[in-house]
Amino acid sequence: MSNIEIKDMYFSYTENEPVLNGINLTLDSRTTAIIGQNGAGKTTFVKLLKGLLKPTHGQIFWDGKDISQMTVAQLAKYIGLVFQNPNDQIFKGKVIDEVMFGPINIGMSQEDALDHARKALSIVGLAGTEDENPYDMGLSDRKMIAIASILAMDTDVVIFDEPTIAQDYKAKEKIKQIIRQLKSDGKMVLTIIHDMDFVAECFERTIVFAKGNVLLDGPTAEVFAQKEKLTQAYLEPPHVTQLCNRLGYQQTFLTVEDFVAYVKRTLKK
Amino acid sequence: MAKIVVEHLKYRYPLTDELALKDISFTIEPGEFIGIIGENNAGKSTLCQALVGIIPNFYKGAYGGKVFIDDLEVAKHSISEVCRKVGIVFQNPFNQVTGSKLTVYEEIAFGLENMGLSRTEMMERIDYSLKLLDIYQYKDRNPFDLSGGQMQRMAIASIIAMRPEVIILDEPTSQLDPQGSEEVFRAVQSLSQEGISILMVEHKMEKIAAYSDRVMLLKDGKMVAFDTPQKVFSLENLEQYGVNAPAFTRICKKLGIKNQKNGCYPVTLEEAEGAINLLKNGGIADE
Ligand SMILES: Nc1ncnc2c1ncn2[C@@H]1O[C@H](COP(=O)(O)OP(=O)(O)OP(=O)(O)O)[C@@H](O)[C@H]1O
Ligand SMILES: Nc1ncnc2c1ncn2[C@@H]1O[C@H](COP(=O)(O)OP(=O)(O)OP(=O)(O)O)[C@@H](O)[C@H]1O
Ligand SMILES: [Mg+2]
Ligand SMILES: [Mg+2]
Repeated sequence: MSNIEIKDMYFSYTENEPVLNGINLTLDSRTTAIIGQNGAGKTTFVKLLKGLLKPTHGQIFWDGKDISQMTVAQLAKYIGLVFQNPNDQIFKGKVIDEVMFGPINIGMSQEDALDHARKALSIVGLAGTEDENPYDMGLSDRKMIAIASILAMDTDVVIFDEPTIAQDYKAKEKIKQIIRQLKSDGKMVLTIIHDMDFVAECFERTIVFAKGNVLLDGPTAEVFAQKEKLTQAYLEPPHVTQLCNRLGYQQTFLTVEDFVAYVKRTLKK
Repeated sequence: MAKIVVEHLKYRYPLTDELALKDISFTIEPGEFIGIIGENNAGKSTLCQALVGIIPNFYKGAYGGKVFIDDLEVAKHSISEVCRKVGIVFQNPFNQVTGSKLTVYEEIAFGLENMGLSRTEMMERIDYSLKLLDIYQYKDRNPFDLSGGQMQRMAIASIIAMRPEVIILDEPTSQLDPQGSEEVFRAVQSLSQEGISILMVEHKMEKIAAYSDRVMLLKDGKMVAFDTPQKVFSLENLEQYGVNAPAFTRICKKLGIKNQKNGCYPVTLEEAEGAINLLKNGGIADE
């Protein structure tokens, strides 16, 4: 299992507008969500991890090795990133070519790439669309193709930038399963996401970004218990937790199931 | 008089076998806030595009039935004529950007250019909508240098600045932070209170339940329900339509708590809070 260490990292696109202000984090095998306000620097952060941008100060270590010594092509073998906007990722006229592009690009044989691509398409529920043109597909399917393209590369680290955009609840369940499977395959999973209910149900660790800093970092339940800090970061607790707060419960719950079990227990008494 | 009338609308995309819209009819009043829900590929975006005339004027294919905005039949008028009355925020904000403007400010101004507004009026509207969406500080930035959520805010701002009589929003908050998405729902609600008809596609069922006057449920190109949020989210077979009820409704269903007056499950935070308090104090619950 790999680990990524970020030390005192700063970044800005233009001189007098800092975007990241000294990030210190160690990412490990726990499934991790990154949440925070629009413009907080989440996408910028993951682009830095993948070597697409260079820190203006500070370092990133991959299993102890400084990534500034590695090329983007070398890093691509280890880190897969599903872009926030599928338009930034998809460029082929045929679904299967799109999904095979990444694997071939990192040196997989044609046969292996085809095999991986077929498997990835069936995991995201798009088996049978191999010959379709991604441009005729809606946003939800395009997002799934972008996910399949990264899964097919079989990288040690998988980063999702807002995977649930445009997805209905069945598709969201599917993405939860994919994340759990990646974790049990020993991969590191990092997900940027605005859906707090999804975060509550799926991630062990949650990191809150606010204005280029890490405001909170810990087990998901503990992070969602910090009402004031969440508000400060333009976030809100999951819906079930909101209901607990309204009802004045001492204990807060993250999921419908836990909440219902608790109410049933208290009613019996 | 109804603001929008849709009669037996049918549509099939070119080179496809199945109808994407199957005989849809409904009417919408001025100032109504309509939530549109349904699983992926149900036809939500297709319906939105048919309401502004992108279908059949831009996408060809097979078209049947009629769509009226007031007495204007959209299929018989150009998209630009229809867009004077109806604004649309696309599902992917990226597709909304003109690509020819260098700043966020000019991007918003673009939509207002041919409306015959005075310079002051134009500037007022631009500033107002930029501030409403909390992106005023980025007005001089290149639209393509915005974060995803900031770009989505810009797409909404550009339509609000035009003050159309009908606003269609196709998943406008999918990339917004939680407080931002709440603010957008509130802003859109206040537009509906001024008489603007709103149709909003969303997967955030808790918000749809809290803000919609009526909810339209689509499945496989058909309209399978069009009623109050309480009625639609209390449907027994909701899951078969690929929709998950709001968390508050799911909790109340599991606890067997219904509103005794209308036989529906609670759908909002407030309704669930009230119902659970009642239950705790020995009130009614039917299993
Ligand atoms: N440009 C197109 N060409 C051909 N078929 C299309 C096109 N756009 C959409 N479709 C098809 O029309 C049907 C309805 O799609 P639509 O995008 O309206 O669904 P939706 O409810 O908006 O889905 P989503 O939740 O994914 O946004 C789907 O089967 C889709 O594949
Ligand atoms: N190419 C660029 N040039 C200049 N500024 C940029 C560029 N890309 C992003 N920014 C700015 O950097 C800040 C951080 O952007 P980033 O995309 O990392 O945010 P984010 O946290 O991913 O937001 P969102 O939730 O909206 O996706 C934003 O204020 C954005 O406007
Ligand atoms: Mg982002
Ligand atoms: Mg759609």
